[in-house]
Amino acid sequence: MVKYFENSTVFHFSWEQVAQGFWKRYPNPHSNHVLSEDTVIREVRENKLYTKRLLTKTNRVPKWGERFVSSRTVKIVEESVVDPKEKVLVTYTRNIGYVRVMSVVEKVIYRVSEENRNWTVAHRSAWIDSQVFGFGRPIQAFGLERFRKNCQKMVNGFNYVLSGMFPNISHGDSTALQPPQSKKEALKDAAKKATDLAKSKAGPIYASCQPNQT
Amino acid sequence: MNSIGENCNELKKQYDSCFLTWFSEKFLKGETNDEMCAPFFKVYQQCVKKAIQEHHIDLKVIEQDHLGTENENKVPPKS
Repeated sequence: MVKYFENSTVFHFSWEQVAQGFWKRYPNPHSNHVLSEDTVIREVRENKLYTKRLLTKTNRVPKWGERFVSSRTVKIVEESVVDPKEKVLVTYTRNIGYVRVMSVVEKVIYRVSEENRNWTVAHRSAWIDSQVFGFGRPIQAFGLERFRKNCQKMVNGFNYVLSGMFPNISHGDSTALQPPQSKKEALKDAAKKATDLAKSKAGPIYASCQPNQT
Repeated sequence: MNSIGENCNELKKQYDSCFLTWFSEKFLKGETNDEMCAPFFKVYQQCVKKAIQEHHIDLKVIEQDHLGTENENKVPPKS
């Protein structure tokens, strides 16, 4: 049972800056869960840069999952393609090991913003799947929570790194494409989304990334 | 950022630093020849591949292509 999530985030940095910052994302204050990062494969083909990196992260297993997963770290393969001519950076990450218990795949496409050529839009897709019988609902809920948290970490951490690398330009905080909302509204919204999510059987779920939430 | 192999950290640092310079000053400007960092990459690779084996991770699983192949996940149709 695969659940699919997607959203978009705007970074107030140029595509070139985001592409450079991508390689320096870790460590940052929002990435304590990332333990190691290694480049395993890297090559230029047809003027595009292809990279495979191995990341290890701490593995926060939900209660119901503890009996299936004993490992305290999760290994993640991150494939990426940088096309400097078209100004597109695509990243695709997947966990290796325990993929039957839970498989999390994320794809992020970074392009120049159509709204402002000096900004970058990151469009994120995520697929969360488990082949453990009878755990559909907890997996959905865990998946959505994880998606939100990761998204928030990605945005906050990436902005931190970018601001450090390119400090001379004044950048506002990057904003998710959703209108701003109060914390109360956001919580209500989150509760509603979780309910909708539990009801929905298929189709994409547009999950907001909420960088202002804790 | 640390390498998975503790003893590879120094080699990784040297390679990463070379790569970042190359990426910013050459690759993004249309220069695709990547010889510049090849010597650093080679020694770092030898170290990290050994460390990966020591962690009992199958290198073939890492090297498998997903992005841009039939293994890549598809976006479900909008409902």
